[in-house]
Amino acid sequence: MTDFLLELLSEEIPARMQAKARTDLEKLFADQLAAAGLKAESLQTFSTPRRLVLIARGLPETTEAVSEELKGPPADAPDAAVEGFLRKAGLTRDALETRDVKGRATLFAVIAKPGRATADVLSDAIPAIVRAFPWPKSMRWGAASQTTESLRWVRPLQGIIALLGGYVVPCEVDGLVAGNTTVGHRFHHKGAVTVSGVEDYADALRAAHVIVDHEERASIIRDGAVKAAADAGFVLVEDEGLVVENAGLTEWPVPLLGRFDPAFLEVPPEVIQLTARVNQKYFVVQDASGALAPAFVCTANIAAHDGGRAIVAGNEKVLAARLSDARFFWELDQKKTLEQHAEKLKNIVFHEKLGTVADKVERVAKLARWLCEEGIIKSSPSSLGEDREHLATLAEKAAHLCKADLVTEMVGEFPELQGLMGGYYAAKEGLDPQVAAAIRDHYKPVGQGDDVPTDPVTVAVSLADKLDTLFSFFSHEMIPSGSRDPFALRRSGLAVISLVSRNQLRLPLLDALAETQRGLLLPDINFDEWRSSIRATFEGNPSGPIDGLAAVIMWATLMSVSDFFADRLKVQQREAGVRHDLIDAVFALGGEDDLVRLLARVKALQGFVETGEGGNLLAGYKRAANILKKEMPSPLEGRGGSREAAEGEGKSPTFAQSPLPTLPPEGERAYELEPAEAALIAALDAAEPAADAAIAAEDFEGAMAALAALRAPIDAFFESVTVNDADAAKREARLNLLARFRAAVHRVADFSKIEG
Amino acid sequence: MILTLHNFWSQHGCLILQPYDMPMGAGTFHTATTLRALGPDPWNAAFVQPCRRPTDGRYGENPNRLQHYYQYQVILKPSPGNIQQLYLDSLTAIGVDPLLHDIRFVEDDWESPTLGAWGLGWEVWCDGMEVTQFTYFQQMGGFDCKPVAGELTYGLERLAMYIQGKDSVYDLDFNGRGVTYGDVFLENERQMSAWNFEHANTDSLFDAFRKAVAECENCLDAKLPIPAYEQAIQASHVFNLLQARGVISVAERQAYMGRVRDLAKGSCQAWMEKNGWAA
Repeated sequence: MTDFLLELLSEEIPARMQAKARTDLEKLFADQLAAAGLKAESLQTFSTPRRLVLIARGLPETTEAVSEELKGPPADAPDAAVEGFLRKAGLTRDALETRDVKGRATLFAVIAKPGRATADVLSDAIPAIVRAFPWPKSMRWGAASQTTESLRWVRPLQGIIALLGGYVVPCEVDGLVAGNTTVGHRFHHKGAVTVSGVEDYADALRAAHVIVDHEERASIIRDGAVKAAADAGFVLVEDEGLVVENAGLTEWPVPLLGRFDPAFLEVPPEVIQLTARVNQKYFVVQDASGALAPAFVCTANIAAHDGGRAIVAGNEKVLAARLSDARFFWELDQKKTLEQHAEKLKNIVFHEKLGTVADKVERVAKLARWLCEEGIIKSSPSSLGEDREHLATLAEKAAHLCKADLVTEMVGEFPELQGLMGGYYAAKEGLDPQVAAAIRDHYKPVGQGDDVPTDPVTVAVSLADKLDTLFSFFSHEMIPSGSRDPFALRRSGLAVISLVSRNQLRLPLLDALAETQRGLLLPDINFDEWRSSIRATFEGNPSGPIDGLAAVIMWATLMSVSDFFADRLKVQQREAGVRHDLIDAVFALGGEDDLVRLLARVKALQGFVETGEGGNLLAGYKRAANILKKEMPSPLEGRGGSREAAEGEGKSPTFAQSPLPTLPPEGERAYELEPAEAALIAALDAAEPAADAAIAAEDFEGAMAALAALRAPIDAFFESVTVNDADAAKREARLNLLARFRAAVHRVADFSKIEG
Repeated sequence: MILTLHNFWSQHGCLILQPYDMPMGAGTFHTATTLRALGPDPWNAAFVQPCRRPTDGRYGENPNRLQHYYQYQVILKPSPGNIQQLYLDSLTAIGVDPLLHDIRFVEDDWESPTLGAWGLGWEVWCDGMEVTQFTYFQQMGGFDCKPVAGELTYGLERLAMYIQGKDSVYDLDFNGRGVTYGDVFLENERQMSAWNFEHANTDSLFDAFRKAVAECENCLDAKLPIPAYEQAIQASHVFNLLQARGVISVAERQAYMGRVRDLAKGSCQAWMEKNGWAA
């Protein structure tokens, strides 16, 4: 067993690429070993700005010897055949063996492949690794770059150490010959550093002011920054991303504290932190009260002979200039009102098919106003009239201004400050605090776990913005599929769900979508009638075919938006631990565009099936459904059937609705009811109106409790009544009864989707 | 400082050239960089180039941001293997002590959309301030660089601030006898910022842009790559002025940049053809 050291010395490797480069190096090396049948006991990789290092321990000295057997022609085969075999095997006739195969003498070639020295394997492997290295961006350099075929690396490759058990592995890549020397720190160490192998590599470099282990440099920075801040009486604002980045920029990290003029603190703290972090890679610090303090921590790459005084002074100068620029933007932006800034949104294209950002803002403002006017979003549960109008005005105003900061200098410099800067400028302008907050927070919630707005003005703008994005893209058939979601529509969808459920908004999606068409319809169409007819169709009671181009597009959009929300909700509910079959059972009903009601139904169903009552009713339901499926194959699927029927007909919006079965009035029955049959009818007569009333009141627990009363009668019915009676009239009546039972259960959920 | 750099790079085989006599956004636009980066012939040159960046104007209020400043430009083709060390030696020559100041090579991929050019390299930091842009040109005018040239662009004012220990560019000692950088340039910054941002006549600028485009095409038809390239430089500068005046929308911006890029690429292509170099 032996150890191997590989160092690839290069000009400065970008910090952000180092972690992946370590992983890639380890993988490429392991693959090369595996291809030769070798495996190391352990592999470790390290990186500094100038080197990528791999240490393999416990490598065999040689690969395993193997012998390969080739079966040839029979011993008495013609000479031509034997010669052909000899050529293939690369042997002479007397080296072949003759063996008996099924009673026939057959020639065999046994080729012994001796083990290969690991050093030889590595001689080939190292150039292969260098050439195959998957840098995200690579370059050519030097005299060799006369052709575009020359070696590529992330920056010019300067040297290779390849030492196996203390001996140099002979290899060469484009004129670079592997050896046993490297260089130390750029400024702290002159001349070559010679190493003898794995054991002394890190120490030899440490003596030359290079800490090879990136983790060690990270902890020096982490601890040193905390200490530098604490020594000056501050608390470091921790930032692990910065720790790693600075570790990737230094071979000998030295954290140092610097200060800036407290006058800059008039600029918003987020701006100061971003300026320091993004542009300068500095940590910021806070005072004891948690407020941003006028100091920072930078990470030098040298132990300067004046203790870092000149470095600190230089960095302070740079930050002062940066902050002075930030203050310039801060003041310049305030020379115009947000209203004036918003003018420029007419020049920014939102999407080539969807107009400019100004167009989008216009749509969002209308939708935000409507959400408030309709009382979907309200400032208090009882607000009416004037209250609603007041809220609508604020929401409309905030929506008009919510994107204005995109054209400010500050957001141009720091795009991640969108929203936040608009909020600051709005407050400085003296706009209503609710408007300023809405401008600031209307992008929220940005992802899972982000704060969900609750202030009504913010909710209105945020919701309108996201609904507009979804409706706009969906109506132009730009719909996420598979891993493709270039406009982050799924994130918008989840944000809508979070806003709606957090604030318990009773938002009819269909109405909101229809609202976007108000004023855009042909003059002879009455908007309210148009919307009602679409709703009737959606809920399974079409008053006539959908016609008119606007309606057809609207219908198609509605279908794709509601399917999309169903998918998003399923994802969200599954993550919340709800059984997916229960979600499916509720969604299969269709005709529902109120997310709050949908979720209440799912929740009630979950409670119900987990009780014995629910489980037993389910068993009865399944039995009834099986009989019906066998005996009456025509679709009696309830409201959900309408959607499937529509899709079955090539997605035509005009779809046939199969009517629910009507039972013959009891007086006309042609035979004497059996007691269990009569009991079931009586139970249905009682349960149906009770369930309907509960559903109308959105008391889904109540509806399910009402249906639970059917459990004993249906069990008794199956116990004592023969459905498949020889008497056709009895058979039909009983099947109809079962269909009625099934339809009753479908009032709350499509139980056929429930497992178990 | 300029003399020291001239001496240093002259000793390392560079021709010492003079600034190009047209307004341009960076030393890279100088024909000694752009056109000479193309083709197989070795080329080593160093020169000072004044740069105009209208949008960087701060009316003389920012301690190190100016709409007019000086770059020291070095181009070494093919890029020598010890180019980083040569560069660091040149810093030592002008008085930057690398054990007192923190010198760092920080990733900065360079791309000039208006020149159809890109390269990989770093911005060199001195105590957190970018003092040099260091680039290995990979493509110029849309053509692969064969061989690759190394380009060093020093920010002269910023380096001088370090060496003299000044907080503001305007406090730099210009002659050792009491004249400051501010005495020479502060009023220029104020007036030029005002003109760039507020007063430049945009109709004339749009007109100038159109004329430069037409003239460039004229020169290309006449197979004269150098004058054609000068018109591309002109168009690029006028475009920068229009940007500073804030009259080019985001949507139009791409189209204008594309127009300038076409001119630069056309000039480079004509230059390649004139010299008989294959792409």
